[in-house]
Amino acid sequence: MNPVTSTPVNDNIVEIDNLSFSYGNRMLHKGINMRFPRGKVVAIMGGSGSGKTTLLRLIGGQLKPSIGAVRVEGKVVHEQDDAALYQLRRKMGMLFQFGALFTDLSVFENVAFPMREHTDLPESIIRDLVLLKLNAVGLRGARDLMPSELSGGMSRRVALARAVALDPQIIMYDEPFAGLDPISMGVIVNLIRRLNDALGATSIVVTHDVHEAFAFVDYVYFVSNGQVVAEGTPAELRESVMPFVHQFVHGEADGPVPFHYPAPDYQKDMLRGASA
Amino acid sequence: MLKTLENIGHQVTDAILRLGYAARFFIYSLSVSGESLRRLPLVIREIYFTGVMSLIIILVSALFVGMVLGLQGYNTLQRYGSSEAVGVLVALALVRELGPVVTALLFAGRAGTAITAEIGLMKATEQLSAMEMMAINPIARVVAPRFWAGVISMPILAALFSLVGVFGGYLVAVQLIGVDSGAFWSQMQSNVDFRDDIVNGVIKSVVFGVACTSIALFEGYDAPPTAEGVSRATTRTVVNSSLTVLALDFILTAFMLH
Repeated sequence: MNPVTSTPVNDNIVEIDNLSFSYGNRMLHKGINMRFPRGKVVAIMGGSGSGKTTLLRLIGGQLKPSIGAVRVEGKVVHEQDDAALYQLRRKMGMLFQFGALFTDLSVFENVAFPMREHTDLPESIIRDLVLLKLNAVGLRGARDLMPSELSGGMSRRVALARAVALDPQIIMYDEPFAGLDPISMGVIVNLIRRLNDALGATSIVVTHDVHEAFAFVDYVYFVSNGQVVAEGTPAELRESVMPFVHQFVHGEADGPVPFHYPAPDYQKDMLRGASA
Repeated sequence: MLKTLENIGHQVTDAILRLGYAARFFIYSLSVSGESLRRLPLVIREIYFTGVMSLIIILVSALFVGMVLGLQGYNTLQRYGSSEAVGVLVALALVRELGPVVTALLFAGRAGTAITAEIGLMKATEQLSAMEMMAINPIARVVAPRFWAGVISMPILAALFSLVGVFGGYLVAVQLIGVDSGAFWSQMQSNVDFRDDIVNGVIKSVVFGVACTSIALFEGYDAPPTAEGVSRATTRTVVNSSLTVLALDFILTAFMLH
């Protein structure tokens, strides 16, 4: 029994229905359906360039789907006007691939930024809240550093503190493990799970790190060639005999996803050079 | 042949398309300006970065331009026996033309490039996207304050340029060459008109401020998010600002002298 479809429909905080999206002439997504139930950590996996990050931008309303729709709390994202869209985004937090910290602001000011912009809280409360968030990611002591003084793992933790500054209901992670050492990776994995459960939020993690992701997510969508090719819990997918999933999970170089970029026949290609 | 024509056509339509984007960007920036003007600290911070940080280059250039004007003016005027008029010449040249124009050109090189590179890199590192996802409008938060800072800074910088330039002319003509100080100042006072010269100069520099700042902002915002894209955008800022300033200067002067 599929655990996602068995939950009542209104319990999905984000739903993607028959979504297609194209950049110019290139079809990036062809009829994608996904469900993100409240309180769960769901991973979207797939090779580089399979449009995973674009999906997050579609959920956040930064891009409009060509066909289909993304619903957040039942509202079709691309039909909202600017004010309603911004209202919707205040329920979301997003961790960008490289943190996207504001380079002209200190760590403290980065985390305080959404609070200062969206609330009229007095300075003393902002200070307490920022330190609370920074403490949650273990960087209370780094509050006075500038983003340029942080390591990759630390910037991402600061960005995470900033993403959850206003206690969002949906937290999106764009490649949270890319370029991190194993220790930082473990820290981030831990944080994603802990923050999700502590805030009662829903997390959407875009990644291609199979082993990291399978260890802590509740549900996985595999995306390839613009379609959802497989979905299930990590345990189900580990046992999957689908060639693509097998190749991906076991990290094999060749398979349904070819090693070679499409090219003319190797032998002919080489001989042509010799005859010229 | 047909290919060349096609290319020219494409380039023309692309240029017009970009101009359209730029116009929309400009109007949108104005429409969300209310919010940023209400938050004055944001604008003041940007005035510091664009205006105050450009002071040194503006003032030093002004001093040299004024000194050159003094030398050249004296050299020419003394042939006609009216070397005391050098004060008028220096002042009129600066207040009407060189003050606003040279300031705008230097501003484009110093502050405009900084704005383009900063915004281009903010875009490349997804800082603008991050702002959008935090439900903060980056045009209102990042672009509009910089726009108003540029528009406010430019006339002040141009006024300071003229002031220091006149002082440079005084140094050379009066202190170095020995033109009569009383004649230098009194001729300047009686021949520089407040409405026709000074106000027109200020109008010019406000227009240049709008042009230079909005070009720099647009190029930054429109830059492809790569190292190459940002570098090209920075170059375009200088080239486009300079050409726009010089062309606008001609048009404005034609109207003002009419």
